Amino acid sequence: MAPTLSAPAAVPGSQVLAYGAARGDLVVPNDDLVGPIDSSDEWIRQRTGIVTRTRASADVGVEDLSLAAAKEAIERSGIDLETLDAIIVSTISFPYPTPSLATLLAGELGRPDVIAYDISAACAGFAYGIGQADALIRAGSARNVLVIGAEKLSDFVSPTDRSISFLLGDGAGAAVVGPSETPKIGPTVWGSDGDNWSTIRMTGSSLDFRDGKAEWPTLEQDGRTVFRWAVWHTAKKIREMLERSGIGIEDVDVFVPHQANMRIIDELAKQLKLPEDVVVGRDIAETGNTSAASIPLATHRLLAEGAAESGDVLVQFGFGAGLAYAGQVLILP
Amino acid sequence: MAHTENEILEGLAEIVNEETGVATEDVKLEKSFTDDLDIDSISMMTIVVNAEEKFDVRIPDEEVKNLATVGDAVKYIEGAQN
Repeated sequence: MAPTLSAPAAVPGSQVLAYGAARGDLVVPNDDLVGPIDSSDEWIRQRTGIVTRTRASADVGVEDLSLAAAKEAIERSGIDLETLDAIIVSTISFPYPTPSLATLLAGELGRPDVIAYDISAACAGFAYGIGQADALIRAGSARNVLVIGAEKLSDFVSPTDRSISFLLGDGAGAAVVGPSETPKIGPTVWGSDGDNWSTIRMTGSSLDFRDGKAEWPTLEQDGRTVFRWAVWHTAKKIREMLERSGIGIEDVDVFVPHQANMRIIDELAKQLKLPEDVVVGRDIAETGNTSAASIPLATHRLLAEGAAESGDVLVQFGFGAGLAYAGQVLILP
Repeated sequence: MAHTENEILEGLAEIVNEETGVATEDVKLEKSFTDDLDIDSISMMTIVVNAEEKFDVRIPDEEVKNLATVGDAVKYIEGAQN
């Protein structure tokens, strides 16, 4: 007869303990990018709501942005570093497929022995990471988990691309997630749409580039398809998420969708019939679209500026390439 | 029950007005969405999705670029109902 194995004791809930943020050191206005795409500052503002985007200097890597955000989150959380059991990084722009950025950070943070891995879920990545952290903690597999969304997308843009490049910025956002007596992170609603694998894509593979068959791969997208999916599919999923979390739209204090485009954010708010007093994350205006980093950066900004407060009910939702999506309702630290 | 051409035009005019502020009486069959009504691609997608809901039809993304005028859209929706 097979023996009965022991399993870790489950924990009732998890919570975000603190956030950290780091943005690219260069503030890039629209006028710096409009020439090669035959556009204007006004056109970009009107179509996307972006006034500037932050990008990192050549000597600043995605690992530097990540480390800065991670250190702030850990310090603010007040946890003993010895109780950090896992590091999950979502990135599509760390230039090494292996080893992971998470293991590099584990060493840099002085905890080289923790669970550490990267995930590839693009703009949904931070919320994927929070979903995994919540599951690890509630299953008793980790005490505290560091989740980071980090991108240096400026390494993967084309100056002449009119579909997405001019939207993109560099940054990293981090959150420390720990156990809680009651759930302060609701059920993760997540998934993907593999039939739309190429809707947001790279222009080529690294092998094509090596073999001289393609230019350096950069990002591009089918904007119309993305807009339609990002608004109406996402709105449905957010309604489902509220229901599964046991709250109504009137209970929401803060709404932070992925910072893809201000028009998507506005249309989402309209479709959800968000009450007017709900604070909406609009960090995209100054930071641009930083993919996996955008949700924690926008949340960090709202907390830093006092627009959002500890105890507020946050609805966060990421969506992007793959067409992967994920979100949670959570109580802000 | 299928909507008539006039009902579709009226409903579409309301959707366009809601999205862009263009007066409903200016939304006429011969008007071009981009040139006459100054509607950009993002607003166009919003109009398309709202029209799908209102008239219970499906307008695929690849079809949207063929809808140059209000009349094109009305005709497409009318045909898609059946």
